[in-house]
Amino acid sequence: MSAAKRKRPVRRPVSIASFAQSDNVRRENERNEVEMLQPVVAEVFANIGIDKDDIGFICSGSTDYLIGGPFSFVTALDAVGVWPPRAESHVEMDGAWALYEAWVLLQEGEIDSALVYSFGRSSPGNLQEILALQLDPYYLAPLWPDPVSLAALQARALIDAGKATEEDFAAIASRSRKDALGNPKAQVANDTPAGSLMKDDYVVSPLRRHALPPITDGAAAIVLAAGDRAREWSDTPVWISGFDHRIETHSLGARDLTSSPSTAKAGEVAGVADGSIDVAELHAPYAHQEIILKDALGLGNGVSINPSGGALAANPMMSAGLIRIGEAAARIASGEAGRAVAHATSGPCLQQNLVCVLEGE
Amino acid sequence: MAERCAVIGVGQTHHKAKRDDISIAGLVREAAKMALADADLTWSDIDAVVIGKAPDMFEGSMMPELYLAPALGAVGKPMFRVHTAGSVGGSTSIVAAHLISSGIHQRVLTVAYEKQSDSDAMWALSVPQPFAAPLLAGAGGYFAPHIRAYMRRSGAPEYIGRMVAVKDRLNAIRNPYAHLHLPDIDMKTVEDSMMLWDPLRYLEACPSSDGAAAMVLAAEDSVSGGYPPAWIHGMAMRSEPTMFAGRDQVNPQAGRDCSADVYAQAGITNPRAEIDVAEVYVPFSWYEPMWLENLGFCDLGDGWKLTEAGATAFDGDIPWNTSGGVLSSNPIGASGMLRFLEVAMQVRGQAGEHQIDGVSRALGQAYGGGSQFFSMWVLGADKP
Repeated sequence: MSAAKRKRPVRRPVSIASFAQSDNVRRENERNEVEMLQPVVAEVFANIGIDKDDIGFICSGSTDYLIGGPFSFVTALDAVGVWPPRAESHVEMDGAWALYEAWVLLQEGEIDSALVYSFGRSSPGNLQEILALQLDPYYLAPLWPDPVSLAALQARALIDAGKATEEDFAAIASRSRKDALGNPKAQVANDTPAGSLMKDDYVVSPLRRHALPPITDGAAAIVLAAGDRAREWSDTPVWISGFDHRIETHSLGARDLTSSPSTAKAGEVAGVADGSIDVAELHAPYAHQEIILKDALGLGNGVSINPSGGALAANPMMSAGLIRIGEAAARIASGEAGRAVAHATSGPCLQQNLVCVLEGE
Repeated sequence: MAERCAVIGVGQTHHKAKRDDISIAGLVREAAKMALADADLTWSDIDAVVIGKAPDMFEGSMMPELYLAPALGAVGKPMFRVHTAGSVGGSTSIVAAHLISSGIHQRVLTVAYEKQSDSDAMWALSVPQPFAAPLLAGAGGYFAPHIRAYMRRSGAPEYIGRMVAVKDRLNAIRNPYAHLHLPDIDMKTVEDSMMLWDPLRYLEACPSSDGAAAMVLAAEDSVSGGYPPAWIHGMAMRSEPTMFAGRDQVNPQAGRDCSADVYAQAGITNPRAEIDVAEVYVPFSWYEPMWLENLGFCDLGDGWKLTEAGATAFDGDIPWNTSGGVLSSNPIGASGMLRFLEVAMQVRGQAGEHQIDGVSRALGQAYGGGSQFFSMWVLGADKP
C-alpha cells in the first residue's frame, strides 16, 4: 500500500515558534560562519525570551564545499554553545531538511522544543564551479556543467513545451524584486518593470540576468515547539500541518525537466490540497522554476507567491529553503495568511524537493 | 509514545584498501542489496532512504546522495543525508530509526559508506582553516596527546595499546568482510611497527578502507526476514564543543551523558553485567580502555585493567569489537554504522565465526570530531 493511498495519519502538532535570519549580503567579509550565525541564534531565542537551556534538540544544515574544508558544521556549534553537551545532529542539506529531522523527533513526544539553523557563505569560492561538483562524479562532474547552464536547459525545455515564455520569467523577476522592497533582509530589491528587464543580456539563453538568483552569504534559524511549549512561546502559534520531501533521479536526461513530480508527491503527502492556500514561499532560485513548482503544487492565481521576494531576492546556500518556511510562518503569525505552503529544493534543476504546510488557528 | 523499531536486515561490502572494481553507486548498492535480501524485501518495500558519510571532500563529490538516489531505489521517495563527522554511521542509523519510532514510516533503508581510495582522508582532514587550530597530519596527530594524557592519568603500562591492536585483529580473522586479516600479528610485530604519532605505532592505527554498510529498519507490524529482529532498546546522540578551557577530551562529558541516556532508556544500571557484547569505535588502540571508562564499564582509571585481564577478549566476559572493529576496517562514513550493524548481527545470531553465544543485549557506539560527537544504541533480542 503506497503512502498516498493510506489515510493521512494524525501527527503531533508542532509550531514554528520563532524565526530569524541574517542580512543577506553579496559578500560577508567581516565575519566568519560562527560570527555570522551567532547573532541569528541570539535573535531567534530573544524573540520568544528563551535560551539554549530551553531547547531539547539541535539540528543544523550546511555544506563543507562552501567553506572548502571538512566539518564546517563543527565550529558552527560555537554559535549556540553546546555546553553542557546537547542532543544534536547535522544534515549536509538545506536547513529545511534539518527542520524536518527535528520535526520527526518531536513527533515522539520525548522533547517539546528544537533549534534548527543553517548557514552558508558562497562568496569565498566560485559557486558555478562548486555546484558542478554536486553532479554524478563519473559522467557529469568531469564536464563541469555549471548550474546556470543546467537551469537554462530546463528553462528552454519549458519554453519549447509551450508552458512559459521569456516574458513570464521577466514578470516573475520583476514582481519578486518589487516585493523584496518590503523585506529588510533582502539582498536584491527594486521596482523595475518586466519590459525593462527584457532588455537584459542573456547569461545563458534563455535566461537573462534577472532570471538568476543573486549569490548570497547568509544564515537563518527557527525554533520549533510542541505541547505546552507551543502556547507558552506564542499567543498565535503557527502549526505544521503537513510535511514531506521527495527526490527524483539524478540524470537530467531521464527527467521531464518541465515538471516536478517530486514536488507534486511531497505536496500530496503534506496535504497541500486539503484546504485553500493563501501564501506560498517557493524556493525557486531561477525565475522559471516558480512556474514549475506552482504547477506541481496546484497553486491557483489567487495564491500570493513569494511575498518576501523569494530566492530571486536572496539565495543564501543551505538557508534559502529554511527561510521559506520562516517567511511563510511569519505571514500567518502576522495575520496576513491563514494557511501557507513553504517549499525547499536541492540538486540540479529541482531534483529534490520538500513541502511544508503551515496553518494558523 | 514512540513506536517500537527493529533491525530486520543487514548488509556490508567486503572492505578493502581499494575497491577499484566498483563505483561509489556500486559500493552502496552492494551493501543495500544484501540488507534487503536479509530482510526478504525488495526496493519497492522501502518507504525512505537515509544515507550518511563523512566529509564529502573524502571523495571530492559534493552532496553525493543526489547522484546516489537512483542506485539506492530512492527515486520518488524521501532521501535524507546525515553528516556528523566520525559518528555519522551511528547518527545515520539513529535518524533512520526515528523515522520508524515517530510513526512516519514502516520500513527504512539506511546506508553509510566511504570510498577512501578516491581521495586521501588524512590530507582532506588537514586543510588549514582561518582562526582554527590546525589538525596537522590527520586524526592520529590530534588524538595522540589525549592518549598520552590517559596513560599519565591512569598509570597504564604502554603495552596495553598493543594488546588491543592484537586482540581486534585476531577477531577480524573471524569476520570475512574485514579489511585487515593479519593472522600472524602478535605483541612483537605491533611493537616493531613504525611509530606514527607517539605513542601510536602503525599497527595501533585503523586502516583506510573502501566500504559500505546498510540496514533495513522496520516498525513492529512490518518485521520480516529469516533472522529474528534486533529491537532498539535505547538510542541517543550527544555533542559538545571542540574546545574550551576545562574540556576533558580524554573522558568527554558528551560520551558519559550519551551512555547514561541510552542506559536509562534500556533500563541498564550495570553495563558490564547487563551488556553481553559491545562494538565500540576504537580507531586507535588506546581508545578501548578510554571508552571502557567513558561508557561506565568500570571505574575511572581501571579501563586498561579490564583490557589487560582479557575481559574484552572474544572469550572474555564483555567481548568488545568481535567484528575486528575500526582497527580492522575503516570506511570512515560507514565505520559507525558497522558498529551498530555488528551488534544487530550478534543479537540476531547471524555473526557466524564471530558470533558470541546467547547475546540478549548489545551496545553499539560511535564517536567523531575531536571526541565531541557521540551516537549509541542498545539492541536486544526481546521486545522492549
